[in-house]
Amino acid sequence: MSFAAGQQVRIASRSHDGHHRTPAYVKGQTGTVVRIHGTFTNPETRAYGEHGLPKQQLYLVALSSDTNEKVLVDVYEHWLEADE
Amino acid sequence: MHDRGGWPTDDPIDRAEHELADWELRVDAIVGALAARRVMNVDELRRGIESMSPEEYEHASYYERWLYSVETVLKEKGVLD
Repeated sequence: MSFAAGQQVRIASRSHDGHHRTPAYVKGQTGTVVRIHGTFTNPETRAYGEHGLPKQQLYLVALSSDTNEKVLVDVYEHWLEADE
Repeated sequence: MHDRGGWPTDDPIDRAEHELADWELRVDAIVGALAARRVMNVDELRRGIESMSPEEYEHASYYERWLYSVETVLKEKGVLD
């Protein structure tokens, strides 16, 4: 599933054994897609000597917040879910 | 241990800069050369750092962590004994 700028998303709350780039503190949080960075090799397999293919779409997501603080985080597509 | 974003803390952040020692520059150069020759990539570097025990990680400096990871990954690959 791909996402568009402005779309509401939820970051998956699943755990993952091994190297991954989705920090624990953003898991399960909702946010808005700010920008689509493009596609990049997958660090979850590259970390074990593979080529990281197929490439994954990477998104800039602004976490939902009740405060003036804004948290922007890069999240790969397979860690995002549509937040209806 | 390695995934610390969002952890509450009252500790001040150490922003002090320091002159890099020769060995630190050398470790940086080795990691760059290994990547350029496609022997070891940045994701393997990070995964190797994450394989450190919490105690080792806490006591190691930035480039000591890089060196630990380079040694770990190159041993896995049979480049180092």
